[in-house]
Amino acid sequence: MTTYQEFIQQNEDRDGVRCSWNLWPSSRLEATRLVVPVSCLFTPLKERPDLPPVHYEPVLCSRANCKAVLNPLCQVDFRAKIWACNFCFQRNPFPPSYAGISEVNQPAELMPQFSTIEYIVQRGPPTPLIFLYVVDTCLEEEDLQALRESLQMSLSLLPPNALVGLITFGRMIQVHELSCEGIAKSYVFRGTKELTPKQIQEMLGLMKPGVSGPHGQPLAPHDAAASCRFLQPVQKVDMNLTDLLGELQRDPWPVPQGKRPLRSTGIALSIAVGLLEGTFPNTGARVMLFTGGPPTQGPGMVVGDELKTPIRSWHDIQKDNARHLKKATKYYEALANRAAVNGHSIDIYACALDQTGLLEMKCLSNLTGYVGHIVMGDSFNTSLFKQTFQRVFSKDYNGEFRMAFGGILEIKTSRELKVSGAIGPCVSLNSKGSCVSENELGVGGTCQWKICSLSPSTTLALYFEVVNQHNAPIPQGGRGAIQFVTQYQHSNMQKRIRVTTIARNWADAQSQIQHIEASFDQEAAAVLMARLGVFRAESEEGPDVLRWLDRQLIRLFMFHLRRSPFLQVFNNSPDESSYYRHHFVCQDLTQSLIMIQPILYSYSFYGPPEPVLLDSSSILPDRILLMDTFFQLVIYHGETISQWRKARYQDMAEYENFKQLLQAPLDDAQEILQTRFPMPRYIDTEHGGSQARFLLSKVNPSQTHNNLYAWGQESGAPILTDDVSLQVFMDHLKKLAVSSSA
Amino acid sequence: MICDEWRSRGGRDYRQVAVTSFLADDVCVHLSVKGCQPRFRDELKMNVNQQPHMASPYGQPQSGYQGYQQTGYGNQHVPGGYPTPYAPYNGPASTYQPGPPQGYSPYASFSSKALATNLVSDLSSPSPLDLGMRGPPTSGPPPVSGTQAYSQFGQGDTQNGPPPMAALQQRPSVSQQYTHGTMQLSGPQSSFNQPFGAPPTSMQQMTNQMSGMQIGSTVPSPAGPGYAPPTVSQASASAAYTPSAPSSFAPSSAVHSQPLPPDSVAQTAPQPFYGAPPTPPQPFPGAAPPFSAAGPAQPPAPPLGSQQSFSQAHPPSQPQFTSAPPPVSTASYGGPPPTTQASHPRAPPLTSQPSTFSGGPPPTSSPSQYPQPMPQQPPVSQPNPFHSGPPQPTTAAGFPPQGGPPLRVPHPGVQGPPMTSQGPPTSQTNHVAPPQPGMLPGPPPVNMAGPPAQPSMQGYPPQQNGAFGQVRGPQPGYVGQYPGQQSYVAQPPAQAPAPAPKRLDPDSIPSPIQVIEDDKLNKGNEPFVTGVRGQVPPLVTTKFQVKDQGNASPRFIRCTAYNMPCTSDMAKQSQVPLAAVIKPLATLPLDENGPYIVDHGESGPIRCNRCKAYMCPYMQFIEGGRRFQCGFCSCVTEVPPHYFQHLDHTGKRVDCYDRPELSMGSYEFLATVDYCKNNKIPQPPAFIFLIDVSYNAVKNGMVAIVCQELKTLLDYLPRENPNVASNIRVGFVTYNKVLHFYNVKASLAQPQMMVVSDVADMFVPLLDGFLVNVAESRVVIESLLDQIPDMFADTRETETVFGPVIQAGLEALKAADCAGKLFVFHSSLPIAEAPGKLKNREDKKLVGTDKEKSLFQAQVSFYSNLAKECVAQGCCVDLFLFPNQYVDVATLGVVPTSTGGSIYKYTYFQGQADQERFLNDLRKDVQKQMGFDAVMRVRTSTGIRPTDFFGSFYMSNTTDVELAGLDCDKTVTVEFKHDDKLSEETGALMQCAVLYTSCSGQRRLRVHNMAVNCCTQLADLYRNCETDTIINYFAKYAYRGVLNNPTKNVRDSLINQCAQILACYRKNCASPSSAGQLILPECMKLLPVYLNCVLKSDILHPGADISLDDRAYLRQLVSAMDVAESHAFFYPRLLPVHKLNVEGNALPVAVRDSEERLSKGGVYLLETGLNLFLWVGANAQQELLQNIFGAPAFSQIDPNMTSLPILDNPYSKRLREIIESFRAQRSRYMKLMVVKQEDKLELIFKHFLVEDKNNSGGASYVDFLCHMHKEIRQLLS
Repeated sequence: MTTYQEFIQQNEDRDGVRCSWNLWPSSRLEATRLVVPVSCLFTPLKERPDLPPVHYEPVLCSRANCKAVLNPLCQVDFRAKIWACNFCFQRNPFPPSYAGISEVNQPAELMPQFSTIEYIVQRGPPTPLIFLYVVDTCLEEEDLQALRESLQMSLSLLPPNALVGLITFGRMIQVHELSCEGIAKSYVFRGTKELTPKQIQEMLGLMKPGVSGPHGQPLAPHDAAASCRFLQPVQKVDMNLTDLLGELQRDPWPVPQGKRPLRSTGIALSIAVGLLEGTFPNTGARVMLFTGGPPTQGPGMVVGDELKTPIRSWHDIQKDNARHLKKATKYYEALANRAAVNGHSIDIYACALDQTGLLEMKCLSNLTGYVGHIVMGDSFNTSLFKQTFQRVFSKDYNGEFRMAFGGILEIKTSRELKVSGAIGPCVSLNSKGSCVSENELGVGGTCQWKICSLSPSTTLALYFEVVNQHNAPIPQGGRGAIQFVTQYQHSNMQKRIRVTTIARNWADAQSQIQHIEASFDQEAAAVLMARLGVFRAESEEGPDVLRWLDRQLIRLFMFHLRRSPFLQVFNNSPDESSYYRHHFVCQDLTQSLIMIQPILYSYSFYGPPEPVLLDSSSILPDRILLMDTFFQLVIYHGETISQWRKARYQDMAEYENFKQLLQAPLDDAQEILQTRFPMPRYIDTEHGGSQARFLLSKVNPSQTHNNLYAWGQESGAPILTDDVSLQVFMDHLKKLAVSSSA
Repeated sequence: MICDEWRSRGGRDYRQVAVTSFLADDVCVHLSVKGCQPRFRDELKMNVNQQPHMASPYGQPQSGYQGYQQTGYGNQHVPGGYPTPYAPYNGPASTYQPGPPQGYSPYASFSSKALATNLVSDLSSPSPLDLGMRGPPTSGPPPVSGTQAYSQFGQGDTQNGPPPMAALQQRPSVSQQYTHGTMQLSGPQSSFNQPFGAPPTSMQQMTNQMSGMQIGSTVPSPAGPGYAPPTVSQASASAAYTPSAPSSFAPSSAVHSQPLPPDSVAQTAPQPFYGAPPTPPQPFPGAAPPFSAAGPAQPPAPPLGSQQSFSQAHPPSQPQFTSAPPPVSTASYGGPPPTTQASHPRAPPLTSQPSTFSGGPPPTSSPSQYPQPMPQQPPVSQPNPFHSGPPQPTTAAGFPPQGGPPLRVPHPGVQGPPMTSQGPPTSQTNHVAPPQPGMLPGPPPVNMAGPPAQPSMQGYPPQQNGAFGQVRGPQPGYVGQYPGQQSYVAQPPAQAPAPAPKRLDPDSIPSPIQVIEDDKLNKGNEPFVTGVRGQVPPLVTTKFQVKDQGNASPRFIRCTAYNMPCTSDMAKQSQVPLAAVIKPLATLPLDENGPYIVDHGESGPIRCNRCKAYMCPYMQFIEGGRRFQCGFCSCVTEVPPHYFQHLDHTGKRVDCYDRPELSMGSYEFLATVDYCKNNKIPQPPAFIFLIDVSYNAVKNGMVAIVCQELKTLLDYLPRENPNVASNIRVGFVTYNKVLHFYNVKASLAQPQMMVVSDVADMFVPLLDGFLVNVAESRVVIESLLDQIPDMFADTRETETVFGPVIQAGLEALKAADCAGKLFVFHSSLPIAEAPGKLKNREDKKLVGTDKEKSLFQAQVSFYSNLAKECVAQGCCVDLFLFPNQYVDVATLGVVPTSTGGSIYKYTYFQGQADQERFLNDLRKDVQKQMGFDAVMRVRTSTGIRPTDFFGSFYMSNTTDVELAGLDCDKTVTVEFKHDDKLSEETGALMQCAVLYTSCSGQRRLRVHNMAVNCCTQLADLYRNCETDTIINYFAKYAYRGVLNNPTKNVRDSLINQCAQILACYRKNCASPSSAGQLILPECMKLLPVYLNCVLKSDILHPGADISLDDRAYLRQLVSAMDVAESHAFFYPRLLPVHKLNVEGNALPVAVRDSEERLSKGGVYLLETGLNLFLWVGANAQQELLQNIFGAPAFSQIDPNMTSLPILDNPYSKRLREIIESFRAQRSRYMKLMVVKQEDKLELIFKHFLVEDKNNSGGASYVDFLCHMHKEIRQLLS
């Protein structure tokens, strides 16, 4: 047997699963003692270039409440052509098409290397992808121009048969009709009046017989395409839409001095949702919201239009001074749920210097979107937005979009295990099954979740509960199994089902505690716990949560997580916190780790680049530092280096090496930039530069103004903070660890 | 009618007494027989003294009849007139028939020329009744005088007679047409015949008349040849008549009574007549039916024939007169004259008799005169005397009625009704000669003769005018004349026994045409100078020029009374409404200057410190010009230094004539920023076009037509300087259940459409690009207008909204911060779910109930609230409706009528057929000058104040009339009440100031000043009234009244007020006459006929076929009408086109709106201000038809044509010119409908013949007059 590390790596590569424990304690009691629950991170659409999908239907267990998929763990009687479900032990005959089955002629799903397998199934007619742009026109001309260009550019990136729609909003909302010749038509709504979905559909003329199918049933795509004037195939309306976007004007209503522009984001979104709901329910669709400021009127408003009233801060929220917060949040949650039910996702691209109300709107994406489809920038005219947006339409090795829609994840567990919940960009489908635990962690109470939009990196944290009683020991060598069944619509319009079945050995905690410890996956556990913490921080309120977090985290030695923006709101706006947290709960393990503990590389003349401690002591004058926090990419030139650079030594032939030194971090950064979604904020700074704060705020303040001289030597940079350093944290931790009260 | 007089006279003269008793009998009979209807007749008889009659005479119907006849009607008319009246009566009321014999006699008498003449004169003058009176009295006595009278009458009759005949015939025809044909034949005829037969002896007259008729035929040559001679002919005829009479009478009578007579009897006679006078048919259009019966004969009768026929007709009447009248007249006259006079105080004016009288005064001479005049110009001759007399009388006012009327009669009458009495003859004669020519010649002769007559007339006038007392004086002279009349009367009685027709001769009652023509003649020639206070301006039907010398032109302001009573008691007593009809932005003819613009600089117009009246000619400068005293409130105000000017020796400012505000009645101030909303200079206004694109609107072609038209129309937006492009911006919206706004910004390549489905909460989806300058955005706008019809060509949407449409326009104007006007093109009841949604509440069962008022009220309050908002923003709404069914105009019209907008309605609109009308309306509506966001305030001098306002506007307080839009056609009627005493010295002043934004966005103040006299004598009040304006006021008052009161109450109160007005006059200004006399003030003699038109209008008296929408539409329409339009609306203009003089510019003289005035061989143009009808008689000459229609025969005329073919002949050209000129006069384009006689469409046409009884039971003029008289008498007693 290889090391656990290899095992873990291998499992992750094959199944996209990282478990906190790779041996499972065999009883409930033991499991609860372990602090970190039996849980895993699951990446449903992990890219598997080596996994060819099969073109047939999965074979299901015939027991009505099981329906597990035939998998390599099942016992098969080739002679009787019977297989036994490894979850419910039901014995099932193979379907007629499996008549030729034998030991030497096994279907792929029975081969161990296909513990993850993907089926392509025929379920109804294929539906095209739908992109509905919801564009804020209360922008500066420069921003609008940039946005216009980005949108026009995006048309060329869309699949030609994809349906595209356009809604613009400012003080009013315009739903543009795309199929018309001659006069450009649009339907206009006022931004202050909440409308029921039915009203919206009526007002858009979608209710007439012959225009849309009966509610709840998707139309045949060609019908829908022909009949819905608002969503048309890109190839057909390319020119129209380009012109339309080209003529897009800033919101013409005058904005008086001292006022914010009136921005009806709330209604715009509700119309977008209503439109899709009425025309393409249960079809993969993305609503892409581009906004340049907070909603200022109508339901969902985050702040009034008086500039003298600033947008809510954490301070206001804690003091309960945020007037619109709860109402708006509730409003957007309701919207998000409606969208999620129909399998539509909502992306938010918010580019503004001030907050834009992400806090309230985050659920739109949290519940429906996947990674990164909240994007926050300072302006649409930045490469951050432009490239991020472009990257949304990036393609994979097969030339297909890295996106999938309408995913439903179902989990089946063996009897000893039940699922308590999931944390990630998903909504509960409220499907009660025998494998659902009564204790909820994250989004629980169900064994099915809807993930409206998926990317290969979308990762869910799933938490389980061992329900086996202590007095009912599991026989030696028993294995617990979990099956993940993910149905989704591939970007090429195929319906697919990906089935991943994993199994872990049970271990008796009393006798095999060392084995269990050895099977602990520290990284996975860190991320899983962090998600738990973030989830609670977001969904619950009050000091209790914070205390609980502290306690849990201290036990977990997660110094950096504690300081991260995911938990600390100090110095972050509510929007920023929401943004960070959103991404944290979506990204896969590696990225999550980076978020928790940024990576710091040091470049110097003394050797190749090396990772260094995220510590103020690493900040030295003759080094160039590259810090990756996932959201930011900071290149920091030490004091000496920066002086050299200013003296332009790099331009002198004799200092070619210096030039190379300067170039090295840039190249590395570029590499990261090209793969990361969303685009990180790229910062090139130097000692004493104002932007150096990004670095200084992250490093461990081992040297502060308090102990600067105590260390006696000037190495590194002092950080002006009262935060505890790792040293202090550790000291405290040690004390706690030995105290009985822990 | 005349009864009372008779009585009074009777008191003096036993004969009269006898007569009265007869009359009484008659009345009784009628009453007993007829029940309700009788009343009218009674009224008619009223003259006769119904009351007395009532009691006694059942037993002696005949006598009664005689009496009636005697009453004077009988004389001339008896023969012809009877038939007609009977016919109608027969038709309508069975009761009558029973009565008929009796009734007939009276009617006959009425109808008889004598009556006609008498009546006319009387009525026209207050005395018509008197005449009747005279008649009756005479009736008794007739015999003796008869002969004499005859001679006179013969002559006079000829003159008089003929008309009556015509009238008679016409009527009969009418009646006959309606029911008669059969009726007469069967019952009536028999009756008639019988009566005739019975009274053969007496009948002689009748017979004479009849015979005259026939005789004419028989004696065609005499009659025919000599109208001039008519007298002669008559004379001869009379002679002949007598002889022939007996035998022929029966038939003739039959003939007369029935138009048919011609057939039976006539054939012999009629034919000849006809033959002689081909035209007879024309004159008798009414008679036509009979003719039809007799048809062949008549038709043959060429134009002349018509005349002849008239003549014939006349002759008969005359004969009667002669026969009967002479005796009585003479005899009775002695007595009667006074009566006549009394009755006529105006009566003197009796002119009706006047003719006779005129002749009469010269009475004895009259005959001679007549003959003389007659000879000269038979018809004219009479007229002349009359004219001579009349002119004065008319001017004189008072009597004019009688004298006047007659005069009028003569003048106008010559041709027309006036002639009735005499007129007819004259008319005939005239006709004979040349109707107009006759006129023409007439006048001249008149003048000629006039002069001589005039003196007498003048003499009369005084009498007439006022003065009854005076009248009396003159009367004596009249007496002489009267006798003749009386004699007539007498005759009738004689005849009466036989068949006393009971009806008033329409020719004998005041004729609007006559009045109009008189006014044209008297006032149309010289400019009307406004400098003199209290001067009554010419009628609206008269073309005249105005010179502004200190009071507003009557084109801006017309008052009901130019002499206001000094005290409220007087006002209350007279019940004459004190109102001004103000049309502040009226368009002036090219030869008059519009108001000058005055700029008083930055400090704004100079005003009185206290009452804020604007500087005007009534401000008195004092202290060497340093201060001025306000004419309204007497407050003294400092003259600002920059305005100071020295005074001359008369106390006038030296620069008085350099400054319009000191010398003119109307002018405009430039307003300063203080006069602007929010103290901001206003933005130029905007026009927004909102077009219904639902299925109906697309299908009927409206959408395509509007869009096509707008492309060119937008170049003609109103502007002040024709060389500069208009400042008005335009915007476009289409809608069905949802609204589509269009962005037509110049920078766009294509228009953009923005759909707003949220109609529950309307808003404007765009700011920039909605309202644009036409020149800048032309390309985009044209592209839009090209595309709209295509875009909605396949629409299946049938539901529409309406409230949100107006809201949308309003919001757009609000957003643009400007005033403006919405043009809404709408097709159906807004039933789509939206604010202002309406239910179909069409329920005709409510008509006539107490709930009827709800039909005029808005269904929901939404629109009145909306209107309020619109007014606040200066958003005027013009509504063009294209309904196929009920759209609830009462509700939809709330906003337009509250914002100074207009409603246009094109029911069953069809692109091809109605396009022209719609487009012309639209063009006019878009192009017309208008002011926006206007506020009007009327200030008055101490003693009166404006208390009530009528029109299309909104008032948020009691003084300011707020008009979101005010165009050149909109009129506001203001009623004044006393709150103190006025002084004769200063008169009453009013100043109407309208603050508005011009189409270029300039803020201005238009000021109209008006001063009227004040009087302490009621007579002055009555002498200086304007009936047209009073009617305008009454109509508006009543039409508003139906909103809150049962229609019946409104009608009753109108009648009541009118009766009070007339009774007051009677009581205070015409006291000397007997109670049985109907006496009308000269200025108000048309009040009954016009009032009847108002009462019969579709609003107050709906027919079964008029839709609720139409009623609501008309109601709202009338509320903002000016006097000229309301005049045509209530009393349509009916032109005999076949008499068109191709050479000159003159129009043929109009004829009265009665079917019996239509000639079967004629073509008539009828204009109501909303519609144009071209009525084609079945026997119209082929040449005429060829000229007009290019159709060779009557049957080949396409009744669906909406415009006349363009033919290259002078006649066609001239006719089309006339039609165009009519259209140009009205604010709305009148669609031309060709109505062929006997065609289905004729029913619609007949609806506008307002002197006739209408289908829905509206009273005829004659009936109503009787009713009125009864009311008055009740008041007096």
